[in-house]
Amino acid sequence: MSEKTTPEPQAPGGTTPEPQTPGGTTKEAVASDVALDTAGGQMPPSAVPAATQLHGGDREGSVMHKIFTGNAMVSVLSVLLAIVLGGILMAVTNPKVAAAAGYFFAQPGDLLTEVIRPYTALVQGSIFNWAGADLSAQLYPITETFTVATPLICAGLGVALAFRAGLFNIGAQGQIIFGALFGAYAGFAWHLPIGLHLLVVIVAGLVGGAVWGGVVGLLKARTGAHEVIVTIMLNYIANFLLLFLLTTPAFQRKGSTNPISPFLDPSALFPELLGPQFRLHAGFLAAILATVFVWWLLNRSTIGFEFRAVGANPSAARTAGINVARSTILVMAIAGALAGLAGIAQVSGTEKYLSGGVAASIGFDAITVALLGRSTPWGTFFAGLLFGAFRAGGVAMQAQTQTPIDIVLVIQSLIVLFIAAPPLVRAIFGLNPRKKKTTTSGTAGTHAGGVKSGAAA
Amino acid sequence: MAGVATAGAAALLLTGCGAAPSSSNASGSATKSDYTACMVSDSGGFDDKSFNQSGYEGLQNAAKDLGINEKHVQSKADTDYDPNLRSMVQQGCKLTVTVGFLLGDATKSIATANPNNHFAIIDYNDPTFPKNVKPIVYDTAQAAFLAGYLAAGTSKTGKVATFGGINIPTVTIFMDGFADGVKYYNQKKSKNVQLLGWDKDKQDGTFVGDFKQVDKGKVLTQGFLDQGADIVLPVAGPVGGGAGSAILDAKSKGKDAKLIWVDSDGYLTAAEYKSVILSSVQKTMSTAVESVIKDDKDGKFDAAPYIGTLENGGVALAPFHDLDSAVPADLKSELDQLKKDIISGTVKVESKSSPTK
Repeated sequence: MSEKTTPEPQAPGGTTPEPQTPGGTTKEAVASDVALDTAGGQMPPSAVPAATQLHGGDREGSVMHKIFTGNAMVSVLSVLLAIVLGGILMAVTNPKVAAAAGYFFAQPGDLLTEVIRPYTALVQGSIFNWAGADLSAQLYPITETFTVATPLICAGLGVALAFRAGLFNIGAQGQIIFGALFGAYAGFAWHLPIGLHLLVVIVAGLVGGAVWGGVVGLLKARTGAHEVIVTIMLNYIANFLLLFLLTTPAFQRKGSTNPISPFLDPSALFPELLGPQFRLHAGFLAAILATVFVWWLLNRSTIGFEFRAVGANPSAARTAGINVARSTILVMAIAGALAGLAGIAQVSGTEKYLSGGVAASIGFDAITVALLGRSTPWGTFFAGLLFGAFRAGGVAMQAQTQTPIDIVLVIQSLIVLFIAAPPLVRAIFGLNPRKKKTTTSGTAGTHAGGVKSGAAA
Repeated sequence: MAGVATAGAAALLLTGCGAAPSSSNASGSATKSDYTACMVSDSGGFDDKSFNQSGYEGLQNAAKDLGINEKHVQSKADTDYDPNLRSMVQQGCKLTVTVGFLLGDATKSIATANPNNHFAIIDYNDPTFPKNVKPIVYDTAQAAFLAGYLAAGTSKTGKVATFGGINIPTVTIFMDGFADGVKYYNQKKSKNVQLLGWDKDKQDGTFVGDFKQVDKGKVLTQGFLDQGADIVLPVAGPVGGGAGSAILDAKSKGKDAKLIWVDSDGYLTAAEYKSVILSSVQKTMSTAVESVIKDDKDGKFDAAPYIGTLENGGVALAPFHDLDSAVPADLKSELDQLKKDIISGTVKVESKSSPTK
């Protein structure tokens, strides 16, 4: 509480407000906080002052907060840096590039072409394929991006929402699996009329995810168990439960002992939005609705206000008469339900059956998506689209240019690395030209200095 | 720092002075055909020391021997199969080989949507496949039967062991054949060699839970060795490496233990364990893949399943290599006779998981 008595808001990244610093970091910070709170001006500001929401909580929480809610510029620059580094990596690992470098002075264009080719394929595979034979082939990539982004957005929202209430939800993976498990079972084991069936599947998936998330909230609220540990362990339980269930006849196809479930009934599937030649399904609309819902929840509802108050400072929230335990359980249940929706998007939309790898690594990518989206609903939405584009484009990149798919994963990981170290990004782009005196004793302050000197060396 | 930079720049300058290739070279050699064969891996990747890798070798050999183009994409997760297959079709692949039952549904749906493209799938058969899909399957139990007989005849402790990656037919078919081989040896010789890790009647046994946790494979193998087993058959792809390192450890402590590798000849593909590899239960996938590609290139594609057996060489027991002296001469001749008997049908090898014609 003591550090909160000062009325001045602290800038992210640990730079102490100093009047003589160029660029005016304090103003910038406040502006970025406000921008964050209003999702870049798309939303009216919330009731709790932006700076208090973001920089409250205990010290450990505030470091996490800074990572999760750093300013938008850092996100954009991180993506840019990661793409450049990825390009360099592709260049060094590609034998054709090495060959082209061998006659660099004779035909410099060749080297550049070889380096740019994979990224061209990435765009062709994720946005627009100008080489496509007809319109549907040309538009296929963007629909594929939407399809792949759908579960990332839903699960990302779950992570972001929990984070706004001060909870670091690593458990999206398990919650997706539970959502998929419940939803898929309702989809292939029960045979209900069209319309009702999909609804039952969605509800089952939401309940599955909510239960798996709610357990975390309950343990945290009642026993104080740390949500990071609990969610990681629950991920394992969910994963192995899924693998076990797939070895039982109830979850296998008739006459087969392979660990793969029957197809869901056609009545249990999300309708295709653009016909059978595209994979895009109505789950994407559900993801948009979920984004709107989370925005409304956080910025317009009393419950959301309580979530944010608890996230900002649980002690203050308790003093103000907010039931912190109830908020914790509720926010984890809702976060779980959102991840459950991602599971439904997988089994009811994209894959149409349940297998051991139905959740892929979506639950972990969702953490990155929420991180990149600075834990705002629309930020998460667009970060989800970006990651969807990476995934969809990665397929084309691999197929067309035979670039290893791992490059895409490296780029994603680099983005996380840069977002987690804003001072590094600012140092690289010269946004912090002079090393400032760090007068705060906070970890972030020393961290900034350390990284900066490291980058300068 | 500056020195390194200068050296780097100099190196760049020196290496950058080569002559550019003439443009006629870019189209490749004259013999190159415009036929393209492709492959999509399952989430194990092409470096799994198992069926993805063997299939990939077949593709590479075909590209080299037949002068055709090849493309391959690796799947990172189960969710990648459908988009990867679509992209292969878009890339103009005449024949796309997919690997494993996990790709079964994606192969079926993409093949149905693209009736003019050909597909082949390794280790999976579905009677409802359309006419442009050729399943490549193996009656692995036949070769595993020989391995079981060999293990029972070579074991000094009277105990042999096996474990699997996941309880799925392509894994348990090894374990069934191995169990029957041990049983057949016991019947013939009135011995009582015990098998740990697999119960054929219950169709249940010891499993890692996936094909990734190499350390778990090591722990399981150490457990078997502690229980007195001296020959271990890991049917778990790369996890077999864990078994290999446990056995190497045991050997360095003076224990006499051996490994039987699966899928490929481990003496060649897992050379770090070659000193303890007695033999391997081979599925010669690379030759099968290459011949399917060749047939398709020559316009002789058909959808009849290719079933690898001892008879057509699709499955085999690998040579004993360095451990040749550990196998008694009469056991070798018995194995040769047994192989002939299995081919002729005198000795029946049956597994629930065997492929049906």
